Amino acid sequence: MNIDNSKVHMGIAHMQFLFKQMLRIRRFEEKCAELYTQEKIRGFLHLYIGEEAVAVGVMQALKAEDAVFATYREHGHALARGLSMDKVMAEMFGKVTGSSRGRGGSMHIFDVEKRFYGGNAIVAGALPLAVGLALANKMQKKNDVVVCFFGEGAVAEGEFHESLNLAQLWQLPILFVCENNGYAMGTALAISESERHIFRKAQSYGLKSHAVDGMNVVEVESAATQYCQRIRKGDGPCLLECNTYRFRGHSMFDTQLYRESDEVEAWKRKGPIMKLQRWLEANGKLSSAELKQIEDQVADEINQSIAFAERSEIEDISDLYLGVYGESES
Amino acid sequence: MKNQSLTYREALKIAISEAMRNDERVFLMGEDVGNYGGCYAVSKGLLEEFGADRIIDTPLSESGFVGAGIGAAIGGMRPIIEVMTVNFSLLALDQIVNNAATLRHMSGNQIGVPLVIRMATGAGKQLAAQHSHSLENWYAHVPGIKVLAPATVADARYMLSMALKDPDPVILFEHVMLYNDSAATPKPEDCPDMHQACVRKAGNDISLITYGGSLSKTLHAASELEKQGISAEVVDLRCLRPLDTQTLFKSVDKTHRMIVVDEGWRTGSLASEICALVAEHCFWSLDAPPSRVCSKEVPIPYPQHLERAATPQVAQVVEAALTLLNRDVT
Ligand SMILES: Cc1ncc(C[n+]2csc(CCOP(=O)(O)OP(=O)(O)O)c2C)c(N)n1
Repeated sequence: MNIDNSKVHMGIAHMQFLFKQMLRIRRFEEKCAELYTQEKIRGFLHLYIGEEAVAVGVMQALKAEDAVFATYREHGHALARGLSMDKVMAEMFGKVTGSSRGRGGSMHIFDVEKRFYGGNAIVAGALPLAVGLALANKMQKKNDVVVCFFGEGAVAEGEFHESLNLAQLWQLPILFVCENNGYAMGTALAISESERHIFRKAQSYGLKSHAVDGMNVVEVESAATQYCQRIRKGDGPCLLECNTYRFRGHSMFDTQLYRESDEVEAWKRKGPIMKLQRWLEANGKLSSAELKQIEDQVADEINQSIAFAERSEIEDISDLYLGVYGESES
Repeated sequence: MKNQSLTYREALKIAISEAMRNDERVFLMGEDVGNYGGCYAVSKGLLEEFGADRIIDTPLSESGFVGAGIGAAIGGMRPIIEVMTVNFSLLALDQIVNNAATLRHMSGNQIGVPLVIRMATGAGKQLAAQHSHSLENWYAHVPGIKVLAPATVADARYMLSMALKDPDPVILFEHVMLYNDSAATPKPEDCPDMHQACVRKAGNDISLITYGGSLSKTLHAASELEKQGISAEVVDLRCLRPLDTQTLFKSVDKTHRMIVVDEGWRTGSLASEICALVAEHCFWSLDAPPSRVCSKEVPIPYPQHLERAATPQVAQVVEAALTLLNRDVT
């Protein structure tokens, strides 16, 4: 495979770090799927399996002050952004120790300390919010970046077009990241978009935009880093289209009538984790002992998060009305 | 012949395919109605039978395809538009309220919009605050549209054809907890005219007024009350706009007491409207103030115990009835 780590001066240690981050998300979500069948996790569960390179790659370009908006498929983004796995797991268990006190569940993970603004389950619902946060940054003369992740399905909503226009019109410090996995639930891109290159839509609004291989974490990181540098300089918004694929169903209910298993298998062979693992191994940078060590560390962290979620309390019913309104400014 | 049973979901599907066979102008359009088989699997198999020209998968563009449905209705077609859930219908609210509802009147009665919009509604699946709303009352507020809430398999089976014969836009609310309900295969006479409310259980001591997903809870409460020697009458509104006040008033005039069970939030709810109507028209026959069991005024939380606490439950209905009847709450 072709991994070009020269553009961003990526060291081997960093590549190993990227590998571990992706593996953490993969193993975490595999466990979530199990916990879902055990009914520990309820509601809707949307897995990011196959798409890990996008969140992990983009997060590398961000600083602590930057803000992140994501969708209902956001476990990976939350973990890559540095939220504690304990809190994320507890949220999915609906426990009061969860990142949103258990109120949100899998689709609504929030952690404002990490400047992680959710967890939005209305398709395209977060784009205008992200634009607004970028506007606030600009008004307060901050050059922090706002990143907004969304699927290619969101591109059909009016909010997408309104948001891109506003961002460009007002020259806002925002990076839009389109996770193009080819399907919006069961609707293939080919039957939902007249222009199938999302980056061209962004270009038509005047944004700087191009597409990358979303299965290649190095390529994603490198592109996101260059865009963020641009945005920080005040050169206006950008959109990065990441071509990727979800290996699992849309949610745990999906019977996947709309795609052939051959197609899924073909994409799995291009998987982001496998790809990087092979490269590291081929370059003598990941021995089987090192791999085992990473797997063990990841497994420990996951087991610990489950234990934490299990022993955490559920919220008292008398606190039902908590968090409907806040306190006024004094 | 053995009387076969039918689920609510199957009843809807049969109703749609029957309408499509009987009338070439009828088509089904919405997100994932075709290849995916419908987000609640109502339209599974219809794409194979009717083809992509009449079972139309749309992009994620609620405002666009609902508006297009209105246009197609004006143009002589009889569209059935599926919006996945009432939460997402908010993106199409403008088209429904500003166009579908107004065109007839605004044009001096020149333009009718014979359109059916189906959508899921309600809580109970732990889908949290962006997927669990009950906003039937928002639509029932608007002159120019009709609002139906089929709560039984028979209504799911036969209301749609009535709605399609109506000259005006009709919204059908399907509560998410009903899809798996099953009943013996209904006959057309099991489904009265769509504008009529229905007495689902006759009684003399108190009227329990409800609709949609709350019907089964209310019937359950009525049988609990029966055990305590209280004869409750259960009225299923079925049509939320226009309301069948005749059936409503008749019941209250007979029992002299009324509770409305409504999954909408209490403030400004359909329950409020019904209480006001009853206070205006049945005041002198009331032996107790009209009462309401509604959802708590909180966005629906994810954890099961809080979701239950936030929405109407059987025990609360029983308790409210005992209170109105000055009976000890056990
Ligand atoms: C406004 C709105 N319409 C419909 C839905 C139901 N829905 C949830 S996810 C989804 C598909 C979105 O696809 P995409 O944006 O490509 O993201 P992906 O799920 O592939 O990550 C749909 C139709 C929703 N949540 N919000």
